[in-house]
Amino acid sequence: MTVKAIINGIPVEVAEGTSILDAAKKVSVKIPALCKHPDLDHTAACGICIVRIKATGRTLRACCTPLENGMEITTHDPEIVNVRRGIVEMIMSKHPNECVTCARNQNCELQTMCADFNIHTTDLDNIVPDLPVDATTKSIVLDPRKCISCGRCIQVCQKDQNVWALTFMERGIETRIAPAGDISMAESPCVKCGQCSAHCPTGAIVEYDEGPDVWAKLADPELHCVVQIAPAVRVAIGEAFGFKPGTNLTGKIYAALRRMGFKAVFDTNFGADLTILEEGSEFVERFAHGKGELPLITSCCPAWVDFMEKYHSDMIPHFSSCKSPHEMVGALSKTYYAEKIKTEAKKIYMVSVMPCTAKKYEIQRSDDMKSSGYQDVDVSITTRELARMIKQAGIDMQSIPEEQPDHLLGAYSGAGTIFGATGGVMEAAIRTALKLVTGQTPGRVDFEVTRGLKGVKEGVLEVAGKQVKIAVAHGLGNVEYVINKVREAKQKGEAPPWHFIEVMACPGGCVGGGGQPYGVTDELRLARAKGLYQEDQAGMWRCSHDNPYIQKLYDEYLGKPLSEKSHHLLHTHYNPRPQYQR
Amino acid sequence: MPKFTPSELDAHKAKLLAAPAKKAVIKVGLNTCGDAAGAQPVMAAIKEEVQKAGLDAQIVKTGCSGMCALEPLVEVTTAGAAPVQYGRVTAEAAREIVEKHIKGGRVVDAYKVPSVGDMSSEKPVPGKQYRIVLRNCGVIDPESLDEYIARDGYQALKQVLSGMTPEQVIAELETSGLRGRGGAGFPTFMKWKLTRASRPGEQKYIICNGDEGDPGAYMDRSVLEGDPHAVIEGMIIGGWVIGASQGIFYIRAEYPLAIERIEKAIKQARANGLLGKNILGTGFDFDLEVRLGAGAFVCGEETALIASIEGLRGTPRPRPPYPAQKGLWDQPSMVNNVETLANIGQIVLRGGAWFGAIGVGRSKGTKVFAVTGKVKVSGLIEIPMGTTLRQVVMDICGGTSSGKPVKAMQTGGPSGGLIPASLLDTPITYEDLGKLGSIMGSGGMIVMDESDNTVELSRFYLDFSVDESCGKCAPCRIGGTQMLRTIDKIVERKGTAADIAKIRKIALTMQRGSLCALGQTTPNPVLSALRYFESEWTERLVPATKK
Repeated sequence: MTVKAIINGIPVEVAEGTSILDAAKKVSVKIPALCKHPDLDHTAACGICIVRIKATGRTLRACCTPLENGMEITTHDPEIVNVRRGIVEMIMSKHPNECVTCARNQNCELQTMCADFNIHTTDLDNIVPDLPVDATTKSIVLDPRKCISCGRCIQVCQKDQNVWALTFMERGIETRIAPAGDISMAESPCVKCGQCSAHCPTGAIVEYDEGPDVWAKLADPELHCVVQIAPAVRVAIGEAFGFKPGTNLTGKIYAALRRMGFKAVFDTNFGADLTILEEGSEFVERFAHGKGELPLITSCCPAWVDFMEKYHSDMIPHFSSCKSPHEMVGALSKTYYAEKIKTEAKKIYMVSVMPCTAKKYEIQRSDDMKSSGYQDVDVSITTRELARMIKQAGIDMQSIPEEQPDHLLGAYSGAGTIFGATGGVMEAAIRTALKLVTGQTPGRVDFEVTRGLKGVKEGVLEVAGKQVKIAVAHGLGNVEYVINKVREAKQKGEAPPWHFIEVMACPGGCVGGGGQPYGVTDELRLARAKGLYQEDQAGMWRCSHDNPYIQKLYDEYLGKPLSEKSHHLLHTHYNPRPQYQR
Repeated sequence: MPKFTPSELDAHKAKLLAAPAKKAVIKVGLNTCGDAAGAQPVMAAIKEEVQKAGLDAQIVKTGCSGMCALEPLVEVTTAGAAPVQYGRVTAEAAREIVEKHIKGGRVVDAYKVPSVGDMSSEKPVPGKQYRIVLRNCGVIDPESLDEYIARDGYQALKQVLSGMTPEQVIAELETSGLRGRGGAGFPTFMKWKLTRASRPGEQKYIICNGDEGDPGAYMDRSVLEGDPHAVIEGMIIGGWVIGASQGIFYIRAEYPLAIERIEKAIKQARANGLLGKNILGTGFDFDLEVRLGAGAFVCGEETALIASIEGLRGTPRPRPPYPAQKGLWDQPSMVNNVETLANIGQIVLRGGAWFGAIGVGRSKGTKVFAVTGKVKVSGLIEIPMGTTLRQVVMDICGGTSSGKPVKAMQTGGPSGGLIPASLLDTPITYEDLGKLGSIMGSGGMIVMDESDNTVELSRFYLDFSVDESCGKCAPCRIGGTQMLRTIDKIVERKGTAADIAKIRKIALTMQRGSLCALGQTTPNPVLSALRYFESEWTERLVPATKK
């Protein structure tokens, strides 16, 4: 069913239920809106998108009003523009004028709105509240003074992520964002996924910035600084330098990191390949040899691990004991690599560059993260932090020539690359599981059923004559469905609905991570994922087990997957945290 | 008591009416207002005296008759005589009344006050009260199901369940012209029709909005306390018409007596087959529960109210979808105001045409107002629509208490506006009040005399709305506070002409940009004060200085 209406005199026809805001886009009319994020349901909080309905003369919000048959709509007239201006002025009257010292400077939706409406003077009183900053998670920082109460973070935290850490407190002019119950963010159910920061239009929620610490360490002559970059970083960071979304800048990032002073540049994709060997073996143990519970559930997403420990700890027996890829690389950098270069592990300083804010939490989540005897990863910075550091270092990303990683912990297969997109871990694991079970690399290694942005993807694969049922969920809000089905089957004593489940906390997987460049939408998630799949297609090796440096690592150091040494360095434990309840 | 069938209900009513009358009936108003004024000791004194003297008198605890200024009220009816109303009765005075009036048969003139009857008429005429919603308030014991049944209680329900179709009920409502009494005036039949048509067969809810919150307004409290069964009967009929099996009373927690009486009445109705499974033996299942509001004014807005029942933060959400499409727990739901529901039974019994003949234009029936401020007799009144503001002040409330001329009237509470004395001949209708920049509202009405100041009154209302803004949307959340700060500047005589312009600009932004009616109407009191009493504002400004 479609509806026909007229916007600014231009006839428009859209599907029933389309908002006036979206319908206007179809006829090249951009209605200004501040609180509406393309990813999220409307919160109807700012009122800037008002339009006039001719029949009643009333003004309604375009973001939350569906277009109706026969409507005649004016989106811009002097009064509407004045009202919009008035609202922006009001919001600014309660917003600190700290643009130049704000993490969102030049990348702030409110700032852009002020520029568009040329708000340089106002007759309104300045009524910025005095509220404390909450940096207790050391992953994301909440500055409620900068909050414009658009409600996006709450929407994404409660509805999309099902975490319910953030809420509005108080009412009226006192309204502010805070963890429910006014506890600290660290005490709250927050899983540090950072989707709040990814969707915040201002600097009210940002990553915990550790760039300055990294510079200090790089300048320390006693330290041997090494770095690794996660799969999803390479296809997103370009957005900060004017590249098309999805452009793969792997070689340029390596080069930039070396210029910044890193002694060795590794790649988390190597860790991803290693994860597949370990986790794939774990799966085969459980699936083919009946050792351990099914389904096996992936564990490389720290926000998911945190969420599971808090709310679904009965799933612990199902969790893969594998650490996440960057933790594996971290542990190996201070053992295997340290031995190779004959340097004391304590002198090695490992920096992870991640699309993720939760990784900042993960590096200290338990003593298992100190398997080398030292903290395996010393600091984890986000894509956004690295982009800023590259700018500070005066590196021209457009023209810098590409370089190679340090292959020892830096060579990788296409399977490692696609870890950055939802379904990628599953697809990579299947490629290797087939090899482990049948002894042969499959002829065709593309398993499209795992790809795309559908919230829960399910499929059945043939492995050596047996059916492997898989499920892939991304966005924590989609997890409940999957977990409940597993739980139900378990309670009824039935066979599990799936054998292998991949979960990523962020919609789209790591490409849509909470630490990625701002402005994420599904379009962007798809473009970034496409960049990863293109690299996978073009690579020399498509399967983790084909990565010769992985083979070398096992030959020289670990022995074989799931060996004692592997278990010590590459695996972890989980703990239920019953104080968190639904 | 047995569970009633339709015929048993009638038989029970006949039995009640046939009971021999006591020689004397003494009624003591014991709503929250009476209680606060000291009616409990009065009641105790009367009981004691009657018992001591061994008199054949029936002592009845009633709701509020509306003469709030004269509480505690005691009404005495002796056989063959017209009721006599006593006001501002103390325990001592009560003993005297029993002694002289009940025992001695002499009216005690010292305590005699005008009664509602003095201000009312049997037929709806302008300048007189006419009681539909308040017909039982101050008349019956609200905690007695029998007294309600004796006054035609549950007859409408019986009539609906034994022979009418839902469409017929809706048609009667359409003919009646009844509109939502919460303030917005949406045609009630339309709401019922839309909710009935929405997703047939699915779980639906009817919700009674008892989150009355306008400062100085207490119409709904009085009805819930004084005639709870009338609202319950309206709920059951509404539930049946729209196809709901569950109804919810949403009552603000600050109304403990209303909650207590409604809960008691629900239990009585349930015990007598008027609520619960198989109502009146007709196979209709419907039950009611009470949910308490936690003090937020905005929860009187239907979508915020629904969010509050769901345990969420009470903030409005955009409509559509309307509650009829997607309401409580995402099911089709209908939110009706207390006064609206209290009208239903009478409309069913006496017919939509009867109701539609009362009032003028598109404003039909009666409206209850809480009249306060500078009037001789403040309190609750029910008048036919179309009565003028002047008739309310002069004829019904006895003119100003100070004797000074009326300066203005304020209707619609914090969402309404001021109406100057020059416009007192305006008839009270949705349309006429709207034209003046005010609204009908839920029934708050404040009378100001010439010693009052409109700057301060409008500031009072603005302060209220600012405090009650839920904070969801920017124009209301920030605009209200900014406007208040600007008015404070003017009150402190530090404002300039630019500040008046600023107020108007903020007001426009709030009216056009706010999501719900609270924000859209917050500027109304201020704007109407500026419209009709601009000089009161300008005289407070700092004079422009030449540069």
